[in-house]
Parts: sequence; structure tokens; C-alpha cells
Amino acid sequence: MDNCLRNQTAKIAVPKRRVVHERLPPRGRIAAMTGAKAIEAAEVTKSYGDVKALRGVNLEIAHGQCVALLGPNGAGKTVTTEIFEGYRKRDGGDVRVLGTDPNHGDRRWKSRLGIVLQDARDLTDLTVRESVTHFSSYYPNGRTSDDVIQAVGLVEKADAKAGQLSGGQRRRLDVALGIVGRPDVLFLDEPTTGFDPEARRQFWDLIDDLKEDGTTILLTTHYLDEAEHLADQVAVINRGRVLAVDSPDALGNRQKSQAVVQWLEDGVQKSASTATPTALVGELATRLGPEIPELAILRPTLEDVYLRLIADDGGDLNIPTVAGGGSRG
Amino acid sequence: MAEATAPTSNPKATLRMPTTLALGWRRTRIELRQFFRDKESAFFTFALPMFLMIIFGSVFNTEIAPGVTFAQYFVAGMIASGVVYTGFQNLAITIPQERDDGTLKRLQGTPMPKASYFIGKIGLVLVAYVAQVILLGIIGVLFFKLELPTEASKWLTFAWVSVLGLLCCTLLGLAFSSVPKSGRGAPAIVSPVVLVLQFTSGVFFVFSQLPVWMQHLASLFPLKWLVQGMQSVFLPESFASQTTGTDSWQLGQVALVLGIWTIGGLAVALLTFRWQSRSR
Ligand SMILES: Nc1ncnc2c1ncn2[C@@H]1O[C@H](COP(=O)(O)OP(=O)(O)O)[C@@H](O)[C@H]1O
Ligand SMILES: [Mg+2]
Repeated sequence: MDNCLRNQTAKIAVPKRRVVHERLPPRGRIAAMTGAKAIEAAEVTKSYGDVKALRGVNLEIAHGQCVALLGPNGAGKTVTTEIFEGYRKRDGGDVRVLGTDPNHGDRRWKSRLGIVLQDARDLTDLTVRESVTHFSSYYPNGRTSDDVIQAVGLVEKADAKAGQLSGGQRRRLDVALGIVGRPDVLFLDEPTTGFDPEARRQFWDLIDDLKEDGTTILLTTHYLDEAEHLADQVAVINRGRVLAVDSPDALGNRQKSQAVVQWLEDGVQKSASTATPTALVGELATRLGPEIPELAILRPTLEDVYLRLIADDGGDLNIPTVAGGGSRG
Repeated sequence: MAEATAPTSNPKATLRMPTTLALGWRRTRIELRQFFRDKESAFFTFALPMFLMIIFGSVFNTEIAPGVTFAQYFVAGMIASGVVYTGFQNLAITIPQERDDGTLKRLQGTPMPKASYFIGKIGLVLVAYVAQVILLGIIGVLFFKLELPTEASKWLTFAWVSVLGLLCCTLLGLAFSSVPKSGRGAPAIVSPVVLVLQFTSGVFFVFSQLPVWMQHLASLFPLKWLVQGMQSVFLPESFASQTTGTDSWQLGQVALVLGIWTIGGLAVALLTFRWQSRSR
């Protein structure tokens, strides 16, 4: 059979081509960019010497949406994000952020963006409050430092210098500086690196609040649970290309038609992939008596789908192929 | 939430952006705060010139001309050097460090104009210089019989030489900040430049005793003229011939050379100043 779950040798059959392009702007639409979306990107390419960092990235984000850019290290998440932010110049394709080409963004355009970069080691000699107050003054309608410090949960560390914060606290300062200007579009490049579980939950609440206010959010992450919790849409990116864009549910349930049934028969673990698990269980119940030993019915998780997408794309990721017991013919 | 319709007009379009000057003032304050909290940079900007002053002044405290000791001569040279330390050296070293640690990248992503950043640097340089001059002046007066001028005209000269020199050196520092490849390597590239200029421009040695070719070479660079300007303030009129070979301090030429370097520095700074180090 052609399906699989974690810990199984079988191969998942993601209908790649069809999925990949269904929600993407068709080629040749570059000239037709309307600015109606918060972010539009068509066929964006970028190379560094021989390294093709982006090989035609397509992405659309509607106003007020939260999109998670999910992908392994080196997939092109940071390059994509920084092209949107105006830090890097694309080689080809077209980009509009809030209707403006990031290569030509002026002060007012920048005042509508919030940026949290992947790594920052600056501001070490200033206290959290000093930094937040200072950066707030850059914006026409900046938030008060108390609000922001409260929102990111740094109240106790408000008067500590950034150089003395832990990794997760330091990251929260970065997030604070990203939201201090009441951005319309917020970019977060791996914002929760180094967060403990509680800080992560708190961060999720903060993002929920920002979504409530109508902020458009593009965040990159390695954490699938984070993407699942926060994102309206998940864009899976690998080797410089967006492989799929879909809601976490749709992406996670892509294999909904197929479930895996596991059971124990004659002391051997067995499993089978089927579109009709109920029928199979009924059949097993008849054959193996009223209680089927160690019965389990599993659906693929977002992680399964994600890992499979990456693996099918020929990424560097090694999918563990643990032989998970016998399988039914 | 998803698929909210695009706002047809941006509600924030009417909000007023903070002015470049207002942000320049804010940058100045934050720069100063960071500068004085960074023990290392404060130490090298203030303590090092002070030590040099005390050591050189004590070892070579001899008369080099009627009524002029080397210590007095040296104070004028060190105040001129202070312009180079706080303007050129300070910026040419700290800006590459700011490029490395992400300070500049963060700023680039905000609506703060580049000009405000430059204003902040100029403000920082100005305050650091004034503090340094006061420190050196106190040491000079207390230990080395430095005589502070009494005529207003001399103080006027002091003011314009300082301001023009600082402007010149700040712009050159901004321009030179693109030369070091990394923040870590910056001191090793910048400090020797300053040191060589100090040796050839008559800070550590009496200028007239240097080989003629070295005098000519030094005359191409701003420090020699800065030193000359400061000597005209702190040394007697009679000493002018020692430095210029004429009866006058040639202040017109001082202004001319510093002015040319200022314009050149501005042009190069505008052309080459980069927020980021890596190729994008
Ligand atoms: N400034 C650069 N110079 C050279 N190569 C780069 C540069 N930035 C990114 N790359 C390369 O582009 C690819 C994508 O990088 P990146 O977007 O940072 O990945 P990630 O998805 O982990 O954020 C990687 O192969 C990386 O090595
Ligand atoms: Mg990255």
C-alpha cells in the first residue's frame, strides 16, 4: 500500500503537483499585481554565487492573515522574509508588500512594518525599557513602553540591560521592538527560538491578540505545533520553493481519505492503510474475536505530511524509516 | 479574520511622521547613553589620551623654544588628536561593530531616517570631544603650566577649528567605516592610521624637526592642520615660525584643507556608507 504514518516504511503519496499550485498565483501574473493583498510574491528568485537560495517563490497573504513559513534549515525562509522586508534585493520575479515594492519602500511604508530578525546581538548596554521607549519614538503612533513590555511578558526585566537577559528573554525584547510601532504587517523570523513552554504559550496569546487587531503576520518557524496553532495558512518551503500552501487542517488532513489501522495478530504487530477503516475493523473483529488486540486507528499529523513533502522534494532531511512491524498484504 | 478586504485607504496615512531632527536628537541621547555605559570605549577615548599626556609631558618637559615647553606643545597636539580620536577613530571602529552585531540592520528596518542616525553620531562626537578637551585642559593647566588664552579671538579660533575639525573627522570616520571587513578587525586597521598621522603631523615630535619630505606628506592630511590650528590657540605667536616657517599661523590654509577634506568625506560617506556588511 501506498500510505504511511510515523514509524512506517511505506511511502506517503502526496499528490504533489496538484496541491502545489492550486493556491498560488499562476505564472505570468506578475504584471497583474493589484496590491489588494498585504503581501504578494510571484516567481521570486535569488542566488548567491552558485547557491540558488530561491527558485521561484510564489506566495500571497491576504490582509489580516497569519501565515507560517515552514521549512528545514537553509530552505530559504530568511531570504524570502528579508526580501519582503526590503533588506535583500531579489534577482527576479515581483514582490509587493502593502502595495509597495520593498526595493522602493519609503519611511511611511517602513512605519507600517514590524520586523523581528532571526538573530540580533545589539542594544546590550540599554535596558529593556530604554530600548522600547526609544524605538517607539520612531513611529507616528508608537505604543507606550509599558504596554509593549507587558504584552511580551518582560515586566520583571524592564530595567535589566539586554546583555543580561536569557536567550528567551532577549528574543522577547526583539518581539517587543517588532510590535512597538503598531505594524500592519509583522514579520517574525523564528521568533520563539529559546523560549520555554510557558513563554511560547504567552507568545501565542500575543500573536492571537495581534491577529484580533487585524495585523497581517508572516512568521517562520521550525515548530509544527506553533504553525498549527497560530497560522491561518501554512506555506511549506524547501530548497527555495514553496511546495504547498494550505490551512493547517487541510494540510494535516490531506490524507484524510486514508487511515492506518494497527493491531496485534498472532503476536505480530500488523498495520494497514485503508480508506475504509471501519469496514476493516469490522472484518478484524469477526476474525479475531470481540476485542481486537492493541487496536489503533491513526491519521497522519501535520508533521507527517510536512516531513513527507520535504522528503518527496528531495531535501536533506532524513525521514526515519523504522520498520514498524508487519504489514498486511 | 482570513480574507479580510483590503483597506482602500491607509488610515495611518494622515499620521505625522516624527521629524528627522527630532529623531536626530533622540539618537544623540541614546548614542551617549550607550557610549558612556560601554566601559571599554569610554576608557580608550578618555583614559588613553590622559595617560599619554601625563607620560609624554613628564618625560619630555623641556623647553623647545623660548617660553614654550614640550609639555605645552604636546597639549595642543593632543587636543587636536582628540578631534581625530572622538570623530574618526571612534566612529571608524564602532560603526563596523554596529554592522556586525545587527544594530544597523535593525535601524535600517525602521522608519528612522539615515540622516537622524548621522546627527546622533555627530552629537555623540561633539559631547565626547568637549569632555575630552576639558579633561586634557585640566591636566595641562594643573601639571604642565598650560596657559589658557585670554583673548576672545583665540577662543573663537578654538571654536571654529574644533567644529570644522569634528565635522571633517566625523564624516571621514563614517566614510572609513566601510573599510574594515569586520568589527573585530576594525581597531587593527584604524588605530595605525591615526598613530602614523600623529607621528608625522607633529603631535609626538616637534614638527620642524621632522624630515622635510615627512612634513610635506603630513601636509596632505587634516591632522597636521588641526594641530596647527590648536597651536595658534595655546602657544605664543612667536612659535608660529616653528610650525609654519612663516610669521603667521596660516589659519586660512587650515580652514581650506579641513574644508576640502570635509567635502571629500561627505561625498565618500554618502556614496559608500552601508547598513549591512554581507552582500545581499
Ligand atoms: N548572504 C548570503 N550569502 C550566501 N548565501 C546565502 C546568504 N543568505 C542565505 N544564503 C543561502 O541561501 C539558502 C537559504 O538560506 P536561508 O533563507 O537563510 O535559510 P532558512 O530557511 O534556514 O532561513 C541557504 O543555502 C543559505 O546558505
Ligand atoms: Mg532562517
